[in-house]
Amino acid sequence: MAYDYRPFAYTPPSGLTAPEPRHKIVIVGAGPIGLAMAVELANHGIQATVLDDNNVVSVGSRAICWSKRSLEILDRLGVGERSVTKGVTWKVGRTLHRDQEVFNFDLLPESGHKMPAFVNLQQYYVEEYLAERATDLAIDLRWKNRVTAVEQHADHAVLSIETPDGPYQLSADWVIACDGARSPIRDMLGLDFDGELFEERFLIADIEMQADFPSERRFWFEPNFHPGQSALLHKQPDNIYRIDLQLGWDTDPEVEKRPENVIPRIEKVVGHSDFKLDWVSVYTFQCRRLRSFVHNRVLFVGDSAHIVSPFGARGGNGGLQDVDALGWRLAAVVRGGNRDLLDAYDRERCFGADENLLNSSRSTRFMSPEDGVERLFRDAVLHLAGRTDFARPMVNSGRLSRPCVYPLTAPDADLPSGARPGAVAPDAPLEDGWLTEALGRDVVLLALGVAPPQVAGVRVLTPDVTDTLRARYLGAQAQAIYLIRPDQVVAARWISTDAAAVSAALADIWEGR
Amino acid sequence: MPLITKPNIADADGFYARLLATHKGLTEAQSHALNARLVLVLANHIGDAEVLTQALDLARDGAGQSA
Ligand SMILES: Cc1cc2nc3c(=O)[nH]c(=O)nc-3n(C[C@H](O)[C@H](O)[C@H](O)COP(=O)(O)OP(=O)(O)OC[C@H]3O[C@@H](n4cnc5c(N)ncnc54)[C@H](O)[C@@H]3O)c2cc1C
Repeated sequence: MAYDYRPFAYTPPSGLTAPEPRHKIVIVGAGPIGLAMAVELANHGIQATVLDDNNVVSVGSRAICWSKRSLEILDRLGVGERSVTKGVTWKVGRTLHRDQEVFNFDLLPESGHKMPAFVNLQQYYVEEYLAERATDLAIDLRWKNRVTAVEQHADHAVLSIETPDGPYQLSADWVIACDGARSPIRDMLGLDFDGELFEERFLIADIEMQADFPSERRFWFEPNFHPGQSALLHKQPDNIYRIDLQLGWDTDPEVEKRPENVIPRIEKVVGHSDFKLDWVSVYTFQCRRLRSFVHNRVLFVGDSAHIVSPFGARGGNGGLQDVDALGWRLAAVVRGGNRDLLDAYDRERCFGADENLLNSSRSTRFMSPEDGVERLFRDAVLHLAGRTDFARPMVNSGRLSRPCVYPLTAPDADLPSGARPGAVAPDAPLEDGWLTEALGRDVVLLALGVAPPQVAGVRVLTPDVTDTLRARYLGAQAQAIYLIRPDQVVAARWISTDAAAVSAALADIWEGR
Repeated sequence: MPLITKPNIADADGFYARLLATHKGLTEAQSHALNARLVLVLANHIGDAEVLTQALDLARDGAGQSA
């Protein structure tokens, strides 16, 4: 069933009649990232105001694949369980080359995590859930408020805003630009957006199909029904399927989008004509990012800061990790904390964005190789993948988004590498609930098999050492102490330590090192 | 472990002949494709990132100039 768009109510803002007192934080854009940012800040005790030029959730074919880390972040925002319940998962992935199956794989979920490796869920649901959550938290969501100008001052910024009832201004200590890939704020500040445009067009269609169709992901390289190009079929909730068809650079998007051209192609993908077109668009993809995400009083988060081609699903997932990295830091800065925290946000998320850009461009290259040696090796990999195991991991039709490991210089010890400093602390079942839940959004000292030193400003967690905790946190050691940041990233770890060492690592966290 | 650059194939002439024989009857495009596959097969056998990098560098050395 097609999604039922219900407009959010516009209320004339008080700033139209009298100047509003200066806001602490104004978020521009109520896409998934702006909404998540507002809820995350509320979780840290800061009420931000959110402005959006529109009054409905995401329209059209956009994000569908949400990674495990995103689900953990959404869970902390209060919408994770809903997203998993509504979302669908595929387990079997089939890769085809010229209509021959090259190989298939079965994703066996790794047990001992609250959240699955990913779910497919339309972006409009994620936004709907986040908007509801924001409303429950009494966050001021201002629909039909379009930012038309931004002016930076030494200790605040002033936004000019257009509403159905005319213009007004807001000043804020901090402005968070979550205004998407075409970010008007980026333009208003005259910032360069560097990177690469792929000379490829893709037709993206969402179709509704009642027919029984296996819950699989299918990826075709050069299918006979679509010579020389690639095609992808993905399942979403509500019997909606996503189809991506590579079109080639020379095609005319307007012609390709016409139903009489789209429908016969989709018939070939799904093998019948019993479906309804929900949405069709043609995209070109880019990989770009701002050189810095922090510009005085304006902070960039999500697509406004970086855009990637959607193969590997790193746009929305990357943006949620930005939110995770900024929320606790900005909340601390608002309370008078060290401004270097924002440099740390910038540094870490530029690093994360580069990893996402790299992965997305590699996938895009593999799917649409340039003529010559790129195609030669791509085809060699596909040829071998049908015959031997080793070439299968080289077949790149998009890699599942995983959080990056930040390059921290921090105390480390001979403990499992999955929980090294800079990595997100891996989840594990506890006696009641999950480790990710118990970590919450404070700085936590996790002591396993040993009594923790007494340090002010940390919450201590001393769960019984289960097999899963042992495997993920101890390895061959009998004990360990982990210092974990509010974004659940491991800050430092020791086999044994004392209060002075923990305090020093704690200071590194709050001073943005 | 560094890349072996000293002679390491017992019957070098025999290998060379088998390499050419493997390409026999192929068009130039098919030969290129075979070579690409062969590179991947051998690279996987080697596995070691350092050795592979040295091999790539050695193969690249002097490329783009006339022989
Ligand atoms: C075909 C496709 C498939 C994708 N698949 C995936 C996927 O599977 N997984 C994934 O993680 N990501 C995916 N993405 C990427 C994902 O959609 C984006 O990364 C995500 O939408 C970014 O969210 P955002 O909130 O930063 O920006 P947007 O969602 O673009 O939100 C920006 C908001 O700002 C508002 N705005 C803009 N200008 C102004 C202004 N002047 N004043 C006020 N408000 C303004 C807009 O109305 C909008 O609501 C996909 C994208 C595409 C196109």
